[in-house]
Amino acid sequence: MTLALDLALCVLILGVALASVAGGGVFRAVIFFITYGLFVAMAWARLGALDVALAEAAIGAGLTGVLLLAALGRLRRMNATSPPHRTGLHLPAAFAGAALACALGWAWFALPAPSPPDLGPVMPQSGVGNRVTAVLLNFRAWDTLLESIVLLAALLGVWMLAQDKDWTAPLGPRYHAQAGGVLASFGRLLPPVGLAFGVYLVWAGADSTGGAFQGGTVLAAVGLVALMSNVMRPPRVSQGVLRAALVLGPAVFLCAGLLATASGGAFLSLSPALAKPVILTIEVALTISIAVTLALLVIGASGDGEYAP
Amino acid sequence: MSALVAVLTLPLVAALGVFVVPARLRVPMALASAAMITGAALALCVTVARGGPVMLMAGGWAPPIGIALRADGLAAALIIMTALVMGAVTCAAWFEASPARAGPRMAFGFWPLMLLLWGALNAVYLSRDLFNLYVGLELISLAAVALAALSGTAQAFAAALRYMIFALAGSLLYLAGVVLAYAAHGTLDIGLLTARTPAQGDALALGLMTAGLLAKTALFPFHVWLPPAHASAPAPASALLSALVPKASFLILMRLWFEAMPDLATPAALLALAVPGAAAVLWGGVLALVQKRLKLIIAYSTVAQLGYMFLVFPLAGGGGAAQPWAAGAWTGAVFHALSHGLAKAAMFLAAGIYIAAVGSDRLGDLRGLARALPMTGFAFALAAITLMGLPPSGGFTAKYLLMTSAFAAGQWPWALLLAGGGLLAAGYFYRPMVALFARDARVPLLRSIPRAWQSVPLVLAVLSIMLGLLSATPFDLLQVGRPPPASEGL
Repeated sequence: MTLALDLALCVLILGVALASVAGGGVFRAVIFFITYGLFVAMAWARLGALDVALAEAAIGAGLTGVLLLAALGRLRRMNATSPPHRTGLHLPAAFAGAALACALGWAWFALPAPSPPDLGPVMPQSGVGNRVTAVLLNFRAWDTLLESIVLLAALLGVWMLAQDKDWTAPLGPRYHAQAGGVLASFGRLLPPVGLAFGVYLVWAGADSTGGAFQGGTVLAAVGLVALMSNVMRPPRVSQGVLRAALVLGPAVFLCAGLLATASGGAFLSLSPALAKPVILTIEVALTISIAVTLALLVIGASGDGEYAP
Repeated sequence: MSALVAVLTLPLVAALGVFVVPARLRVPMALASAAMITGAALALCVTVARGGPVMLMAGGWAPPIGIALRADGLAAALIIMTALVMGAVTCAAWFEASPARAGPRMAFGFWPLMLLLWGALNAVYLSRDLFNLYVGLELISLAAVALAALSGTAQAFAAALRYMIFALAGSLLYLAGVVLAYAAHGTLDIGLLTARTPAQGDALALGLMTAGLLAKTALFPFHVWLPPAHASAPAPASALLSALVPKASFLILMRLWFEAMPDLATPAALLALAVPGAAAVLWGGVLALVQKRLKLIIAYSTVAQLGYMFLVFPLAGGGGAAQPWAAGAWTGAVFHALSHGLAKAAMFLAAGIYIAAVGSDRLGDLRGLARALPMTGFAFALAAITLMGLPPSGGFTAKYLLMTSAFAAGQWPWALLLAGGGLLAAGYFYRPMVALFARDARVPLLRSIPRAWQSVPLVLAVLSIMLGLLSATPFDLLQVGRPPPASEGL
């Protein structure tokens, strides 16, 4: 039964991926891409990687889907025509992709089962029960610190696409929601539920599935719903509080790492006694920054024109 | 706080700082932090030169659980070169990225992006962990793409988008290779990979990582994104993109081939790395010869100059016993990376001054500018001497080391290429020099250029010459913690 389920999932993933890249218009490609993200999330769940599954569903399918649909809507408003089909470029790309897939497939059969380092003996010193959280915020904290800064760099890159004349304008397109319409009702109904769920994901992340990235994504979605239904005003780059919220997570993370150095330990080290409270503090700060960054990444640079859903 | 931790964290702290503080504090803060980071880089160099490589286990966890960072001579040399270039770019951007000249968007964005790039470069130079290197590369790429888009023109956006597609494809290939290496050996640490039992998938893993890094280093034929992206960015950003960004992915290539998996270096593989390098030297040189804009000439020259670095793979250890020094080609390639960084940054900053002065970088519009801006003309000429590889510059030391290795190893075709590439460089820099030093023309300047601004590229160009005059100190620094295959050959 489980084998049949796995096989069906594999076939679905391959089929949806193919449908997404093989012609047939941009809208179809976007919809299939979102479906693809959901199926991949299910595959991660089947593999037992629940944290990855949550992140894939939230970011790979959810936020990326919103981003692609918004971009599609903008292209339509601009009456952009799709570029002429150039098979000359597609064929080499398809061959390269197929060759890479074959090589990786060969490696799967040729390589022995991976033997990751044994975390058992060191887990008690990590301060948390969830291995993923222990790796992300303790054993390989330097990676996570840099990744949280990568998000900021991405947002800066998006902001640099604005026109100089629009620089002081509110970020993102102007959304119009009909008073009393579906979107406006959603804008009041969804945020409280989403807030509770997002906060729960962060809190639970210390000892079971969840964490700053997953919780932050849910909170970002809450912010987006509030923005799109005009419950919340779009922010501006010039707002100091906004910029402070964006750097809060990396700043707290860096401070924690440097404090460890100042008190005689290694950079980013955590004493087992203090590990849990410090990790939770960092996670809360990271969640806020991740949520704000992701929401702002989706709405885009300032002066993006009108947008009526 | 050790110098190593300071070099790693100060740029990141400063980047977050300039992002948050009000506009009037932004530039003072950037200048102050650039001075502090340069000081930390100097301190790290002194520590490494005196006491040998410095190790740091991030979080106190040793590999394979944690991430190791190590400052050897190679990392320290690149860190100090980066600090010198970044310091100069900070000073130039003080003039060039002011809100009045560059508009509010660039005046805001340039500083955090520059500092993020600095932090990411230092992180990559120091990291010993393949996945951590991936994260560092991502940060470099994103900051670099944003810097390429900074001038806000449609051309710049198109070039930046193309750059991003290449960079992301490179990242994916590199990541696929990292995953395979981890699957086979259960570790991401370069030191532990050196001592691994070879597995079947190693060649594929190394091949994928190398392919990804070649795309990021813009080696021929993956160079197509580079000239438009570097030429359409504002000059201080071009200086960073050309002088520093490709060096990070090249450093990872050296770490992979000389330190992590030197056992996989078959003669065919080494040739496959060096032949595109040779093609880059020739093709980049020929295209630089036919450009009409100064920044495009400089950008195509980068394509050519990056090619030389790949000669290290067949030449390393070439006839080591026949030479009075060990690791000639390896040291030569790093010398080339260092001198190219200093000279190329000087050239782009000089081009920025010309664009500010006459509003164009077409060769026809630059005629006679050396008379109006003598310091900048002198800086351009000195940088060109380094890039042509003429004595007594750092570029000459680099080519001399590479060339003697080629002769000692009996691989004389590479020596021919080095000579031919130098001639091409002389050819493509001859045209802008003739224009700049023309005696007949007199150009009215749109604005006067302060002497302090003019001196910035001059300092960098002089440093690139000094690298050749005083080559003993950097030479000794590079030998600290040098991997054995650097002297014995691959």
